Formats: sequence, structure tokens, C-alpha cells
Amino acid sequence: MLSLYVPGDTIVHRIPAGIKLLILVIGSMALFVISNIPVHVAELLIIAALFQVARLPWKDTLRQLRTALIFMVPIFLFHVFLTDWMLGLETVLRILVLLLLAVLVTLTTKVSDMMDVLERVVRPLKHLGVNPSKVSMMLSMVIRFIPMMMREAQEILEAQRARGLDRNAIALLMPLLIKTLKMADDLSESIEARGYDPEPVVPVWKRRG
Amino acid sequence: MTTRDMVFVALFAALTAACAVFPPFQAPFVPAPIIVQNIGVMLAGSILGARRGGLSLLLFVILVAVGLPLLTGWKGGFGVILGPTGGFILSWIPAAFVVGWFVERYWNRLNFWNLLLFNVIGGVIVVYVIGIPWLAVVANMEFGKALAGSTIFIPGDVIKAIVAAAVAMVVKRSYPLINP
Repeated sequence: MLSLYVPGDTIVHRIPAGIKLLILVIGSMALFVISNIPVHVAELLIIAALFQVARLPWKDTLRQLRTALIFMVPIFLFHVFLTDWMLGLETVLRILVLLLLAVLVTLTTKVSDMMDVLERVVRPLKHLGVNPSKVSMMLSMVIRFIPMMMREAQEILEAQRARGLDRNAIALLMPLLIKTLKMADDLSESIEARGYDPEPVVPVWKRRG
Repeated sequence: MTTRDMVFVALFAALTAACAVFPPFQAPFVPAPIIVQNIGVMLAGSILGARRGGLSLLLFVILVAVGLPLLTGWKGGFGVILGPTGGFILSWIPAAFVVGWFVERYWNRLNFWNLLLFNVIGGVIVVYVIGIPWLAVVANMEFGKALAGSTIFIPGDVIKAIVAAAVAMVVKRSYPLINP
């Protein structure tokens, strides 16, 4: 399955996914409250050290940051010309810290572990009428369907390229959409044929109150 | 929600992801490249309606956040969500919902022109209303400047709304999925 996770067994990899996500959420909020250049430089050094500890290849990190880095040049220039360069430096450093922290979490945490955290977060929502088992069922379906749909999209792109229609958005989208709609009925029938019940009965021994 | 609804929600999330395969377009008189992917937002809203469309994009954004490289250019992870353009990605959830809400309200009177309008309201205006202030805050920019910088994408987004409206009208006639 496609994923950005870089396998490893370092201490950064072994921190539970829930803790990493909590640090990321608190950290990203703190970045906007405490924002000055020396603090950001210190944070950058700490994060760089963590990247070393996690033994992440530079290639993966850079690939995730590339577009953001391109984006930071105009942000910096904007501040140089219109406000002052110190504010520009502070802003760019803050975004860089934020992104590096996020990339660190993304590259060292398995998607399945993050999904477990997500399931735990969603569970209390059942009191609001959200069915957690349906949420995880749908998430697993999306993960299953993505490679399938990407293959379909790739085939359509190649077929339309052969006809010289690969610059025509409707010629690409319409066949993909028709395939999607045709697939939906077959898929829902085969899911139910395998005994999936969208409204499962809760067994007596699991009922509470 | 039936199994069929769940399958549609999952399929449109996967469809939005699959649109990352299509290379960005370069249209005449449009300064920025047009990324096909956010047509998926408008299509999910126009074809599935508010609840299923919004849910579909919610699943997509969750999977991007947890680290699947599903955005055009194979990007993903929390960095994209928290970065300067993260607001544009997060806005896709309410955007699909808003498109769907209008489509459901006007289902029996739906034609190309009002569907185009709904796609512009949800898929363009909602996206900018959330994305631009986010950009302004993260990049320490003035709101007006962030707005000015984003205007180069508006022509491309309007073209996408036209394509989405044309495609969704064909689907409405041949395979309607909304029962108001």
C-alpha cells in the first residue's frame, strides 16, 4: 500500500502514535503563541537532531518539503519588500519548524497506527449518532479503492493520450466517473453477500446500561 | 446509511485521490496551472449531495493527514494540512457539503447554469473564504495581499466548475443518486 512511512526501529519510531499526534497538535498551536527567531532556531536544531535519531533519508524529507520550500520564497520576499525582513525570517522559520515536525511524525508513524488513534478519537462520538464501526469500515474501503481507482485513472489517461484527448478534462473524468458508478452497485452487493450488516446488532454481553 | 451509501462515499474519496493521476492543465489566458483534483470536490457534492459528499471529502482529508500521499504531486501528511495552503485542503469538506446542499434543494429544477452557480459558491467561494485567511495567518500576510495572491487561481477554478457542472448534469440525467 502506498504510504509515506519509512520503516525503522528507532526511539522516534517507537513513541506511540497518539503521543506523537498530541505533541504535533500542541506544538503547532504553541508555534503561533511563542514566535521569535532564537526560539525557532533552537526548535529547528532539536528537530534536526530528531531526524538524525530517526535515521530518515534526506531524499524522503526533501520530497515532502519541496513544494512548501518553493512556497516560502515568495512569502519571504513579500515580507522583505512590504514589511521587514526580520518578520519574514520569523514567518519562514515558523512554517519550516511546523512542516518539519509534521513530516517527522508522518515519516515515522505507520498509517495503521494513526488509524487506531483515529478510531479511539471517534469512539466517543457514538453518543452524537456517529457509528464508529461504519467510520472505520469506510476508511478501510477508501484505502482499498484508491489503488484500484488510480489504476483506472492511469488507464484512461493512456487511452485518451493515444487519441490525443489527454488535455481534455471531460474526456478524462467522464469515463472514470462511469466506471465508479458501475462499480458501486457491484461492490455494495458483494460486501453484503459476505455478511456485512450496516446496522449490526449489539450482543447482550456487550450492551451497557 | 446503507452499505451502498458507504460504498459511494468511499468511492468518491478514492475518485478524488485518483484525480491526482491526471497532470495539471495549462489553459490559455490562465496564469496558474489547473490542478484537476478539486473537481472531485465539486463532483462529490453535485452527485452525492451534502451529507455523503461532505463525508467523502472528510475521509479523503483524514487519509491525507495521516500520511497517504494522495494530493497532486504525491504529497500528504500533516505538513500539508498545517502549512500555508492547508486551509484550501480543509475547506474541501464544507465545500462539498455546500455544493451538495444546494443541489439537493434545487434537485428538480437543476440545470447546467444553476449547477455551475452552486459549484462556484461551494467549490470556489467556500474554498477561498477558508483558504485565504488561513494563508494570511500562517504566512503573516495581510488579508488583502493573500487575497490578491490567490486571484491567479480563480479563472482555473471557474473552468473546473464548468467541467464539473457539465459532467454532473450528464450523471443526473443518466444515473441520478439523490432522492429529495
